[in-house]
Amino acid sequence: MPAGIVSYGVYIPKYRIRAEEIARVWGEREDMAKSLNVFEKSVPDFDEDAVTIGVEAARNAVRRGSIDPARIGAIYAGSESHPYAVKPTGTIVGEAIGVSHELTAADFEFACKAGTAAVQACLGLVTANLIDLGLAIGTDTSQGAPGDALEYTAAAGAAAYIIGRENLAAEIEGFYSFTTDTPDFWRREGMPYPEHGGRFTGEPGYFKPVTSATRGLLKKMRTIPEDYDYAVFHQPNGKFPVRVAGQLGFSREQIEPGLVVPWIGNTYSGSSLIGLAATLDVARPGERVFLASFGSGAGSDAFSIRVCDGIEDVRDKAPKVREFFDNVQYLDYAVYAKHKGKLRL
Amino acid sequence: MRSVSIIGAGCTRFGERWGDSLRDLVVETGIMALEDTSVSGEEIDGLYVGNMSGGRFVEQEHIGALISDCAGLSRLHVPSTRVEAACASGGLALRQGVLAVASGYSDVVIAAGVEKMTDVTGGVAADALAAAADREWECFFGATFPALYAMIARLHMHRFGTTREELALVAVKNHHNGSMNPISQYQMEISVEKVLRSPLVADPLRVLDCSPITDGAAAVVLAPTEVARKYSDAPIKILAAAQASDTLALHDRRDITTLDASVYAARKAFSQAGLAPKDIDLAEVHDAFTIGEIVAIEDLGFVEKGEGGKAAEEGLTAIGGKIPINTSGGLKACGHPVGATGIKQAYEMVLQLRGEAGKRQVEGVEVGLTHNVGGCGGTALVHIMSR
Amino acid sequence: MSTVPRFWRHIPQRYNLVGTHCEKCDEYYYPPRTICPNCRRNAKMEDYKFSGMGTVLTYTTIYNATDDFKRQTPYNLAIIELLEGPRLTGQLICSPDEIKIGMKVKPVFRILGKEGDRGIIYYGTKFVPVEGSV
Repeated sequence: MPAGIVSYGVYIPKYRIRAEEIARVWGEREDMAKSLNVFEKSVPDFDEDAVTIGVEAARNAVRRGSIDPARIGAIYAGSESHPYAVKPTGTIVGEAIGVSHELTAADFEFACKAGTAAVQACLGLVTANLIDLGLAIGTDTSQGAPGDALEYTAAAGAAAYIIGRENLAAEIEGFYSFTTDTPDFWRREGMPYPEHGGRFTGEPGYFKPVTSATRGLLKKMRTIPEDYDYAVFHQPNGKFPVRVAGQLGFSREQIEPGLVVPWIGNTYSGSSLIGLAATLDVARPGERVFLASFGSGAGSDAFSIRVCDGIEDVRDKAPKVREFFDNVQYLDYAVYAKHKGKLRL
Repeated sequence: MRSVSIIGAGCTRFGERWGDSLRDLVVETGIMALEDTSVSGEEIDGLYVGNMSGGRFVEQEHIGALISDCAGLSRLHVPSTRVEAACASGGLALRQGVLAVASGYSDVVIAAGVEKMTDVTGGVAADALAAAADREWECFFGATFPALYAMIARLHMHRFGTTREELALVAVKNHHNGSMNPISQYQMEISVEKVLRSPLVADPLRVLDCSPITDGAAAVVLAPTEVARKYSDAPIKILAAAQASDTLALHDRRDITTLDASVYAARKAFSQAGLAPKDIDLAEVHDAFTIGEIVAIEDLGFVEKGEGGKAAEEGLTAIGGKIPINTSGGLKACGHPVGATGIKQAYEMVLQLRGEAGKRQVEGVEVGLTHNVGGCGGTALVHIMSR
Repeated sequence: MSTVPRFWRHIPQRYNLVGTHCEKCDEYYYPPRTICPNCRRNAKMEDYKFSGMGTVLTYTTIYNATDDFKRQTPYNLAIIELLEGPRLTGQLICSPDEIKIGMKVKPVFRILGKEGDRGIIYYGTKFVPVEGSV
């Protein structure tokens, strides 16, 4: 029985900081932006966190699909910057969108792929007919330590997907996950900033799980890259997704609509899901989208998605990803540090 | 209902009274008030005290019992009541005292007001004052007390063309008056430029538009008019004691540029006294912020709605003007120990009506009015008194 | 800033602008009222969820705040008139010189405050200008 995406919504805060501004402060190479293919990243407002931007994304998803929130039977919110270590993000988002009390909820963590894991969990409950609709959220207001390479890319953004069986905007034809125990990037409990293994985060970190999950799904679906009109890969910077696409046989044209990282940075749990939303914003019924997320720790969830007629009914009813690129406000490093709470008060 | 008069009055120096506690201030003013009359302790039937927030400022409630105790009256078991209406607590205490005597229930009553605000830091004081507003629906969203008055100012300026300079002139006038008042917190003159250069608090209000944090206490002694001459050579008759309420939150008001509570209390007071605004020779009004005085003189009927801004500029409200306002220095210059202000206003009126106001004396005064507001208009008290 | 029960009790009002409506006199109330000032005990009150769309009636920018809000200054506060009629007080997120009386605004979900580093986070509704926002 087909199941998939009934509606989707995203939210990206309106502040930005340019890579060249960060490089200026730390005395690093002026062309840092070019070397990472990330020109600027999104910065949350003082009063935004993973919960508030998750709410905005979820509200957009509800509005886009004209969803009755009382139908939602599960909420899974994935993030690596949940504001509470204990107290779920999902229940606050649920309350803010007007769900009933009859649902299950829990928060997810698997670095940048917590959101796609949430999608899989919803898909399971939906296809088993145990719930009517599920809400999967990937949201982050991630932190990079001052002066660390991650500071150029750690950004803020959220995507919310409503998973169901009817009136599909896009069907999830199948998925395949590749999961390992790889300490490429981590954050200990109570610590403000993550640590990472430097160049180790490349091959054993990002590339192995993404290529394995992709090849695994293509084999399972009996498809080849050319069968897809679009491809979205997790975007920690603007180089990795381009390189992995090339390695796997996907073209630059296929990944272009979903490649948002140069303008908003790495939104962590929101990253591949925002890339998918940017793609759904333009894809037509019948077209196919390949999605592979990545989460440090490490693993990748790959999805084969077919766009349905229903996309035409919902696409325009809520803000599209590229609308968040307009009317942005640039910050200098000092104000950025104040926004991100990096100044010890 | 019998007529009531003030037979004695006292007021402490207002300011940052580091060496004095709330109890010290109460005793100081009590003694001053009683020495101004020939009443003895045994004759006191009741005490009313206005105090907004003993709990937040000095962690003390049960202020009624405290006052009676400090005054040495607890052995006489005098009934003692604390009343609270935020910044109108003093005016409220006065009215309650008047009602007690007018009704015949009591004969000699002391109405006092006290606030000790400097024992806590500025941030805590600001939060305690914010409780005069709507905690759940204004303060929770980030409103401060000055912010509410700032929004009144903004709309008044937008609707009636009131200018920044006109607001400043209120502060300038009140500082000029305060410089002639021995009990005033501030005794220096200021200029319009000084006001306009002072730091912003809540746009458009600046530091010098706002009344300060002050310690102080004041007290008046009330007795039936028919026996007042027994206790005082110059009793002051209370012609009206009126009170009105309005919505707590500013956003719920009928008209944000008008304090309906002031309008209604004034109407009732004029009706009780059988007088009209033109019969008033001078008034003490509630200038917690400069815009407060501008709106007050409109609401009380001294000028037309929207004309309040011009009044200070045209000299209407100066000591020699048609309707002198805040000869004491107002809340702005004299200071605003919240619970005490309403009684201090009565004290100033007593001095003026007796001809004892020294350099700030207004010539030929017969009838005066006091106006005390709680919060940004949730409560208003208007009293009219005469020689 | 608040206590746990006091905050929790008003979550629907703060997150979703749930107020009340008197069916008898057709007046809308936000913040919600149990007693309609027009009809008092003869009122017929029901819950009503406001869209949050409204216009600015008056405003200020706060530079000096209570301890709870000290770190956020300067911030804008406005009295906003909702489409259905009632007015509320809320923060307005934009540059102070952008604000005009009569400006159209819409609601956003934001952090209102925190009880220090260890206490709960208060979420609720603030407003942004309709023009220039997504």
